[in-house]
Amino acid sequence: MGAGVRSSVMASGVTGFPMVDSIASAGRRVLPNQWDLIAFAAIMAVLTAIAQSYHGISAPLPRPTEDVISLGYGSLPYYALRTALRMFAALFFSLVFTFTYATLAAKSRRWEMVLIPILDILQSVPILGFLSFTVTFFLGLFPGNTLGAELAAIFAIFTSQAWNMAFSFYQSLRTVPPDLEEVARGFRFSGWQKFWQLEAPFAMPGLIWNTMMSMSGGWFFVVASEAITVGDTTITLPGVGSYIAKANNEGNWSAIGAAILTMAIVILLYDQLLFRPIVAWADKFRVELSAGQETSTSWVLNILQRTHWVRMAFQPLFAALRAFSLLPIRLPRLAPASASEDTQPSRVLDAVWILAVLAVAIYAGWLTVQFIASEVSLAEVMHVFVLTFYTLVRVFVLIMLASLVWVPISIWVGLRPRLAEGLQPIAQFLAAFPVNLLFGATVSVILYFNLNPNIWLSFLIIFGTQWYIVFNVIGGAAAFPNDLKEAAANFRIKGWRWWVKVMLPGVAPYYLTGAITASGGSWNASIVAEYVKWKDHSVIAQGVGSYIAEATDKGDFPKIVLGVAMMSLFVTLFNRLFWRQLYAYAERRLRL
Amino acid sequence: MLDPATATLLSVENVNQTYATGSGESRKLVLDNVSMTLKTGEIVALLGRSGSGKSTLLRIIAGLSRPTSGTVTISGQPVEGPAEGVAMVFQSFALFPWLNVLDNVEIGPRANGVPLDETRQRALKAIDIIGLDGFESAYPKELSGGMRQRVGFARALVMQPKILVMDEPFSALDVLTAETLRTDLLDIWQEGRIPIKSILMVTHNIEEAVLMSDRILVLSSNPGRIASEIVNTIPHPRDRLDPPFRALVDSIYALMTKRAETAQVAPREAAGASLALSLPDVSTNSLAGMLEEIAAPPYNGKADLPHLADSLGFEIDDLFPLGETLQILKLADFEEADIKLTPLGRRFVDMDVDQRKKMMGDQVLANVPLASHIKRVLDERPSHRAPASRFREELEDYMSEDYADRTLRTLINLGRYGELFAYDEAAQSFSYENPE
Repeated sequence: MGAGVRSSVMASGVTGFPMVDSIASAGRRVLPNQWDLIAFAAIMAVLTAIAQSYHGISAPLPRPTEDVISLGYGSLPYYALRTALRMFAALFFSLVFTFTYATLAAKSRRWEMVLIPILDILQSVPILGFLSFTVTFFLGLFPGNTLGAELAAIFAIFTSQAWNMAFSFYQSLRTVPPDLEEVARGFRFSGWQKFWQLEAPFAMPGLIWNTMMSMSGGWFFVVASEAITVGDTTITLPGVGSYIAKANNEGNWSAIGAAILTMAIVILLYDQLLFRPIVAWADKFRVELSAGQETSTSWVLNILQRTHWVRMAFQPLFAALRAFSLLPIRLPRLAPASASEDTQPSRVLDAVWILAVLAVAIYAGWLTVQFIASEVSLAEVMHVFVLTFYTLVRVFVLIMLASLVWVPISIWVGLRPRLAEGLQPIAQFLAAFPVNLLFGATVSVILYFNLNPNIWLSFLIIFGTQWYIVFNVIGGAAAFPNDLKEAAANFRIKGWRWWVKVMLPGVAPYYLTGAITASGGSWNASIVAEYVKWKDHSVIAQGVGSYIAEATDKGDFPKIVLGVAMMSLFVTLFNRLFWRQLYAYAERRLRL
Repeated sequence: MLDPATATLLSVENVNQTYATGSGESRKLVLDNVSMTLKTGEIVALLGRSGSGKSTLLRIIAGLSRPTSGTVTISGQPVEGPAEGVAMVFQSFALFPWLNVLDNVEIGPRANGVPLDETRQRALKAIDIIGLDGFESAYPKELSGGMRQRVGFARALVMQPKILVMDEPFSALDVLTAETLRTDLLDIWQEGRIPIKSILMVTHNIEEAVLMSDRILVLSSNPGRIASEIVNTIPHPRDRLDPPFRALVDSIYALMTKRAETAQVAPREAAGASLALSLPDVSTNSLAGMLEEIAAPPYNGKADLPHLADSLGFEIDDLFPLGETLQILKLADFEEADIKLTPLGRRFVDMDVDQRKKMMGDQVLANVPLASHIKRVLDERPSHRAPASRFREELEDYMSEDYADRTLRTLINLGRYGELFAYDEAAQSFSYENPE
């Protein structure tokens, strides 16, 4: 879910037992370096540019009428379909992005220097902060047309999916087994053939797993992006998200219930009809040749593969795809073949390249600072800094609280295989469920009891993200080796010692995977969770999330840029200095 | 098969190959002026230990790497880039796991534009010859190691190469499977059922080389040179227990141990306390185990290497590193094709654990310059700590990064066992501290 080490996500045993083979970027580099700064500046500048272009294009949509959305139950299936279609459109663009961006980064050393840090920062930028920019941008592209609004929503989902997919693909391309690489060269595959016969299939399991996890996370964003107000522009796209927004405005409990039920069905269908079949199918691309591995199963896939006529029907299609992938297309080389490890890259060209990149970055950084400074004073920057610190505390404390509650319970569940088998998919389902559907309703409770929003709103932040901790820890405990359990019992290791010396270290890598994902998602959630509307009330908690949300409502772009930049900065540093350090340690020491 | 008009199929002339070392400037020589030929109708084995550059040579011949200097020609055509008349069989099989057997076999011709029906015909024929009928739709994951390597062979045959090159094709298989595959391949070859004109194989298994090849080229290590050429005229079918077979195996062992000895002595003579001595990947337990094995009956302190390898299920890449380390530590010595315990080695066997640790520590300190160097540095420093990176860099002046790493790792292992120093993996530093 968005900001943070989301990328990192989580190749995980699909049947339920996460193997967590890679936190994508954990091993690479820990402290931010000059490339990160450059990337940071560039991204913020692009956002600024988009925001600025808005002022030139101000073309208001026709005033949204209230009857765009009907709260009748009959229209819910249609809304669900529209919401799902948005998801798939975004998925399509994410795949296109992945195949181009990641391939370029993997094949060209110079592009890699620029593209990978950019990707790294991008995944720390809170997606919902993006929303206001992209909405204005796309509305500007298609003035007065809902296509602009649709594209904005799709783009928001895209930004929640694309980064970790690209990361996964890039990493796979960089780790193609050398012997297969040699076979490809020995058979004189062209670049095109090699890509489709070797590189893409090899990257498939990781890419599919990340795609599916991205899709899960995407429901949150599709719901958030369907009904949005930026300044005096209000967008209401037909969909479950708009439906719930209207239900919240009216305080209509039965409509809220219907929307939640609809969403649950949609996610269930997605899981059973798409996620599991595809992940099970992707198993055949795994390179490890041992047979004893846990494999995923899917009843849908079994049916498809066992029906003769379905296979017959698809035969010509597959044959055609195969022929297409084998076309002897010779793409121009992006980089000298890695064949000779000795070719010295030209230092001079490198220097020119780096200088050019630096110049662009400095200009971009200057642009951003200028834009923010046009309206915002230094005191305001300090104020946002403090607000971001509040949100940081909120995220941190809540992750710790959720860990305290869920880790023991999850371990208890994970050690009971039958229970784990049943509960883990449920946790996975809950993680995918867009809890922002529930925010309005929860806030009504806060209003009713007159609770302090600074404290009680905070819990919304981990509403949806705590499940990542749950299902990862269940998976870790379930995968805990039996002989170690027996050894602990045999040496009568009990009580706190059993927790501290045996179980907690055993599940640590899994826990951290879950916690990192949860932390990233929580930052994003803060934008919707610190500023919630119910009927005609707004409940606000002090923090950078509500700062961004309020500025979005007012259409105050310099403030949005400032808030997003500050939050990205915090997320990046928090990840690099805290989570990745812990994760690297756990990988080194505690991986069983 | 032995055509009287044996034409030279492949010729390798003065090939050198170097890699940049850790320090960047100096370059490590992997192949040193290697020349060889391959004639029509023969099987040639490249026999050498790890580090002899035999796999590198094979890849240069297949056009997968370029030599730093020198030329390779196949039927008079210079090899530049992946060679058309050469197909390769890999140690790791290197099958595409997402393709079934038939697709794996067909992928080569299809990628090279052979029409679909001709590809299918050729593939089915190769599958038939290699004994894979019935497995066409199986995925590599469903196959045993032996069957996977058969797919590897079929995939190479379907390309109709002139030369089949094999990179330790049997070493990832268990003993029985490997033997079946070897004899099957020899049968196919001798019956002339495949259009291949000659076979070049890399191996570190002496018996395999003697069993299969008509000519054996023995490569020395560091840098790789062709040290000797042995023509093998034992008639087929060859029997491993046949006296001429045994004699040839023994003589090759003797040849290889002799060179191991000179290779070890040279650097120490070169410089007083040279760090150029690289240590192989060995554990203290296997060292002690080897000493005990040699000391016990039937060897009683002196073991015939082929025998010893056989009884332990070892190949030369398992056996030689242990033997050489024992030689460096002056606990054992090579003598022709035998390995013999020194008096020190005999005493070691009779000791208890603490005494063994003490002796191992003393021998490491006395005979491995790096060990005494580390100890001296630790003594000099008031903190009695030193980072590992420092020693790694010093080693990299003499050897490649991989070797430096391995040497350091083995030394840490020996040093810990001999209680010469402590090593903190997290901090990557040497010290004298041990947990109280």
